[in-house]
Parts: sequence; C-alpha cells; structure tokens
Amino acid sequence: MPPQTPPLRQNTKAHHLELYRTMQRIRVFEEIAVEVHRAGEFNGYLHPSTGQEAVPAGVCANLRPDDRLTSTHRGHGHGLAKGADATRMMAELYGRATGACGGKGGSMHIADFSVGMLGANGIVAGGLPIAVGAAQGLKLLGSDAVVACFFGDGSTNRGPFLEALNWASLYKLRVVFVCEDNGFSAFTYSDQTTAGNGPPERARSLGVEAVSVDGNDVVAVDEAARDVIAAVRAECRPMMLHARTYRWYGHTSMDPVAYRRAGEMEREKLRDPLLLLRRRLIEAGVSEGDIGAIDREVANEMAAARDAARSAPLPKARDAYSDVQDLGAVQWQS
Amino acid sequence: MAVMTFAEATRRALAQEMRRDGRVWVLGEDVRFGGVFGQYAGLVGEFGPDRIVDTPIAESTIMGAGLGAALVGTRPVIEMRIADFVLPAMDELVNQIAKVRYMFGGQARASVVIRMPHGLLPGSAAQHSQTIENWFVNVPGLVVAAPATAADHAGMLISAIRSDDPVILFEAKGYLKQKEDVPDDIEPVPFGVAVRRREGRDVTVVTWSQGLKPVLEGVDAARQEGVDAEVIDLRSLWPWDVEAVVSSVERTKRLLVVQEGGKVGGFGSEIIATVIERLGPQAIKAVRQIGAPRIPVPFSKPLEAEVTLHPDAIKAAIAQLAKS
Repeated sequence: MPPQTPPLRQNTKAHHLELYRTMQRIRVFEEIAVEVHRAGEFNGYLHPSTGQEAVPAGVCANLRPDDRLTSTHRGHGHGLAKGADATRMMAELYGRATGACGGKGGSMHIADFSVGMLGANGIVAGGLPIAVGAAQGLKLLGSDAVVACFFGDGSTNRGPFLEALNWASLYKLRVVFVCEDNGFSAFTYSDQTTAGNGPPERARSLGVEAVSVDGNDVVAVDEAARDVIAAVRAECRPMMLHARTYRWYGHTSMDPVAYRRAGEMEREKLRDPLLLLRRRLIEAGVSEGDIGAIDREVANEMAAARDAARSAPLPKARDAYSDVQDLGAVQWQS
Repeated sequence: MAVMTFAEATRRALAQEMRRDGRVWVLGEDVRFGGVFGQYAGLVGEFGPDRIVDTPIAESTIMGAGLGAALVGTRPVIEMRIADFVLPAMDELVNQIAKVRYMFGGQARASVVIRMPHGLLPGSAAQHSQTIENWFVNVPGLVVAAPATAADHAGMLISAIRSDDPVILFEAKGYLKQKEDVPDDIEPVPFGVAVRRREGRDVTVVTWSQGLKPVLEGVDAARQEGVDAEVIDLRSLWPWDVEAVVSSVERTKRLLVVQEGGKVGGFGSEIIATVIERLGPQAIKAVRQIGAPRIPVPFSKPLEAEVTLHPDAIKAAIAQLAKS
C-alpha cells in the first residue's frame, strides 16, 4: 500500500514542480553517470544517491545562495540541489579539464564554492567538523548564513559526529545537521552496527533539537526544512533534520547488494520519492503534460552535460602539479 | 631588542597579527587560560572569547572546524596543545586541510596555522614528547616549519598567519619557557630560508628545532680542538633550503645531520640523499646522521637519555667526519 499523503495546496504547485525538477535532475544525472561508467567511459567508482533525492531537494529549496553546504561521498544530489552546474559536475566525473575540479577530484570530491557547496568528502563524517567551523567562521564575520551539513547514518558512529554536535550546541552555531538515514553503513545494515535509539536521540542528548521526517516525501522534507532552517537562522542554534530514506544502489554502483534483505527493494520502489510526488501532483490537478515537459527538459539538460563531458579535453600531465601549495610546490618536468 | 621567553615572543607576534587582521582568531584547548605554555596569556582580555576560543578536548573538530572557518574567509590559528595530540586529528589535517585546494581544483584555500609544540620535554614520556615533524613533510599541501630560536618562532608565526598555505609550526616545546633576545618589531621570517649559525670549513652540520642547542655546544667544543664545523639551521623542512646545504657541503665535503626525531625514515635521510644526488658521491668524503633510535620516548632518566641529543656525541661525530 502506498502511504497516505495530504493533498497539495494549490498555491504551492509551482514550487512543488520545482522540487520535482530538482529530484528528476538528480535521478537522471546519476542514471546517466552509472550507465556511462558501466560502459567504461571513465574510471573510478560512483556512490549514487538514487532513492534519496527528496532529502537534498527539500532541504536545498530552503537555503539561500549564501548558505553553505557540506556533503558526503554520496554527494551528487547535494551539489545539484544547491545549484552546482550539471555540465561541470558531469565533466568532473569524466576527469575532464573542464570539470568542477579540473579533474583532480572526481565523483567523491566535487565542490562548487560559487554556490556555497563546500565539497563532497571521501571520509565518512569528514564534513561534520568542517560544517561547524564554517558556521563558526560565518558567525564571527557577522553573517546569518546557515550551514547545511549532510551526512549518513553510518557517520553517527564516528567520533567527529559527537564532537561536531557538541561543538555546534556549545557555541550556538547555525548548522542544520541533515542525517540522510538510508539504513546502510557501506555494505552492512546500520542496525547491525549501531546501538541506542537512533540519531535524533543522540542529538537531543547534546542539546540539539531534532526533527524526524519521511525522507522519501519531498513535500514533508521541504516543509520540515523550512521550519528548521528558519529556526536555526533566527535563533542562532543548531538543529538536526533526520530523514529516513533508502539507497537503491549498493554502496557503489557496481556493488550487487548481495546483502539486501528479501523483498525490501520491491517495497521501497513503491516509495520512490519521484513516484510519490508525481502522484500527488496529478491528484492536485497538474497535467501529465506539464510533468512530461519537465522530464524532457531534464533529459535534454543531462544528455547535453554528458555529451559536453565526452568531448571535453582531458587535463595535461603538468596540471597534476598545480594547486598543491604556493610555497614549496614541486614543478612538472617533461 | 628585549629578552623574553619563546612563549612570550609568539604571544606578541600573534597579538600583532590579530590587531592587524580582524579575520585572525584562535581555537584550542585552554587558550583563554593562556595556553599550557603561556603563549596566549592575557589575549582574551584584548580580543575577547569569540577570537580566543576555548574548545572542548576534541582534536578532530578543533582541526576540522579550523578548516571550515578558513573556507568561509577567516584565518584561524589552530592550537594543538602538543604535537602528540594531532594524532586524533590526522584525518582533518592530512585528508582535508592538506588536500582541499587540490581536490577542489583550486577553488578552496585552507589558510590555517597549526601550532604544534613538539619535541622532547624531560619526563614527558611516549605520548607527550614525540618529535614527528618528518611525518608531515610527506604530505603534499603542507608547509612544515620547525624553528629553533625565539625570534624565529615569532617571525615564522607571523609568516604562517599571512600565508595562504596551511602551515604547521612545530614549536620547540623544551625551549618555550627559556629566554632569548627578540627584536622589538617582530618581522616575518620566510619559509625555506636557512640560517648559518656558525661558519666553518671542515664539516657541514645541518639541524633544526631542538637540534640546534646541542649542535652548537658540540660544534663549539670541537672548535676548541681545532675542527671548524659550519652549522645550518634549516628552520623549515618544507620548503627546505636545499641550496644552502648543497653549497656548504660542496665546500666542506662532509655532512652531518642532527635530528631529535627518529633516524629511521627521518628527514636526515632526505637531506643526505638530496645532497648526494646533487653533488654526486665522489664530491663527498663522508656523511653521517645522528637521530633517536627506533624506540618510543621512555620516561625514566637513564632511559630517556637514549633518545636525547648529547653534545659530546655530536662533537665526536664531527671529529670523526673531519678525519675521513
């Protein structure tokens, strides 16, 4: 049975279509990335966030351009939702000179500082201390910008999680700790490795108010994030937004997920965040045609991003030596 | 010129920079109290608790928060209390601070200073007395400074604060409460520029940080016996002054490296290898290095002596090199 959801308010239809577009952009970006990676068009690996799109879409819809965001190894959606350019992101996956990081980072290290996206991170819980420091720096500079710190449930077993929540609570920093609880810690179910009653309880024990939300319901995420971010900004304190969601792929796109519990994927597909929103939009009177138009625009945008990445130049060997450091930088020798 | 402790010299340098640039601030344990060596004494009174920030004992987040604050445009001075305590913060230092600029294709700068009092402090044992600056030379992205004098501590702190690169300042823990002459106006001291502390024609002795004092004692004693050794204080290990060392060894043809840290895998091996590559083995008559044996720093005095630099041993090594 699909979950019961309240009808949409008419005046928010355009807003919800934008949420749909953001989720669809993430979905299609990653579908293309997985496909071309499987075809051997670039090396390395991908950590797709397919199934989790509602969380970045709903949260980032409530962020200002000068708000900052820290991300994870599963970060394509965070970048896209914060406004990073899909063409430059795709080129980065391809390791091209035109990529968001000039090909030095790849999927796991995409950043776009021009939109406040302070970087994906290859280390689980790596973004949490950075996020609280960014919030502390912003406060020192007199800004009321918020830092959205995305992390997974697996992070909550690492020390920096405790340190960063304590820190943000202690110094009253504008951090929204967005826990994308997809139930997995790499190749293992988190419930097999985690004691206690979950991330919100850990947050509350440190004086951080926590709100839980269905992370597959983008409308619920959007509305919860709106309230949370407004409170964080106005009251200058951290909060946690705990979003239960589900990871469709394995830890990486090549992981066959032999460990997945029987029947789980079939049940979760019924809770596809895109499917849920599409159904609600139709019920609210949006036409299939309007949704289909968004789908076509997104498909064209992402296909163009892929084509641009394919034909973009690779970096030169000498580029490996730039942007290491000013003092004591070693020089390229042909 | 005024005589003051190393700690006081750095305190003055920091205050000078904090007055100059409102983006500079400090985070670390017990800094409002003045820091464990008094390097921050009284600064909270002038700059307030938002710029002299007492932190929880949470090294990962002290380091990582410093990075985050740098990424939004402030210039944090990260106090690690002692270098041994960086080990819980190695992810934030090595995986994050050192690499953000590179990984993100030049979009980010981790303009932070990491202050790490390091080295042998008598009676401090295996977890409070390590000399491990060589580890960080192996990390691309970092500037590694290890000064030996009070004036250099202060001047390098200024350079570190003004640098856009992340700089680790290894402060000589055993010297911080000692007194030396420091100029009234503290000027920035550049990285990668060595200083010749003694001139000599027979042997080149290269050292840094807490190697300098025992080296000078040993060299001066050798001079009494007719051997003139040249002493080069590197002051920073990355970048390091290759030309100063190479040109000296070209003249003396004999090289001794003295380091307080472990000899195995130490920076002395890098110096010697670089010199041999540059000059060719036939241009050099003898090389040697002195460094700690590969044992943890022990507590009891006769044990601790095994990892302590002794001027007599340095003098003997100089004499032996001069004969070869």
